[in-house]
Amino acid sequence: MKSAVVQLPGLNRDRDMIAALTKISGQAPITVWQTETEIPDVDLIVIPGGFSYGDYLRCGAIAARMPVMQAIKEKADQGVKVLGVCNGFQILVEAGMLPGALMRNTSLRFVCKEVKLEVVNAETDFTRAYEKGQVIRCPVAHHDGNYFVDADTLASMEDAGQIVFRYTDGTNPNGSLSDIAGVINARGNVLGMMPHPENLIEAAHGGNDGRGIFASALDVIAA
Amino acid sequence: MTVTLKNGVLDPQGKAIEGALGSLGFSGLGHVRQGKVFDIEVNGADKAKAEADLKEMCEKLLANTVIENYTITLD
Repeated sequence: MKSAVVQLPGLNRDRDMIAALTKISGQAPITVWQTETEIPDVDLIVIPGGFSYGDYLRCGAIAARMPVMQAIKEKADQGVKVLGVCNGFQILVEAGMLPGALMRNTSLRFVCKEVKLEVVNAETDFTRAYEKGQVIRCPVAHHDGNYFVDADTLASMEDAGQIVFRYTDGTNPNGSLSDIAGVINARGNVLGMMPHPENLIEAAHGGNDGRGIFASALDVIAA
Repeated sequence: MTVTLKNGVLDPQGKAIEGALGSLGFSGLGHVRQGKVFDIEVNGADKAKAEADLKEMCEKLLANTVIENYTITLD
């Protein structure tokens, strides 16, 4: 399975993402710069974390309006899988590719710690390697991860299985509505999540709980 | 242009400011909400066009209409 990693000024988790994708798929991802208007044929496009455009205006707001995002939207419309992690998730909501918004953490502090995630929907293309209800460890590092969506949209997302990950065991680090940590679009091919699964994929990381997301998306048997 | 959070959207920064104002001794305050102001100079004399352009700017970039409202004032 081929993958691509998007690069924008201020994103700084691209190297970790490239390393994770290379290790898990056995193939280095293609890198795509923000001004590119066409994306090569790939099965998975990843928008990594960081602080695109210094988080000016709103986190992800300026990145979401760069030319590459139009190309990503077109690919997503064709069914290509798109994963946004942390700032990548913020960019996807700002681009209107996922519902809701990500606001300042209720603590008003940047949080960098490990949380527990419940796999709420294990039937997505990104979570098949897990069991429904399975609790996994995952690191988070963000200032604006407080997910918000209006009540009607939340209800319809819950009914449609669009809530994929929830913080559990009292580890919600940001006050997000309904403990939401990750959501998927209605079609099921665009996933956004605040935690960083790419930082927990091998023994050197102290565990591989995050590996299943990439193994699922890349159709690799989970290690 | 003024951009503020919609009612019903929790504003953690506004809450912190509310607490700080209280600790400075200001009483009788309701909710405090934090927003943004954009001063934009528009060339030309066509006010209607300027207003339409500014509205489009708010919709497309300056406000996130999922969580924010905006108002435009021309002078």
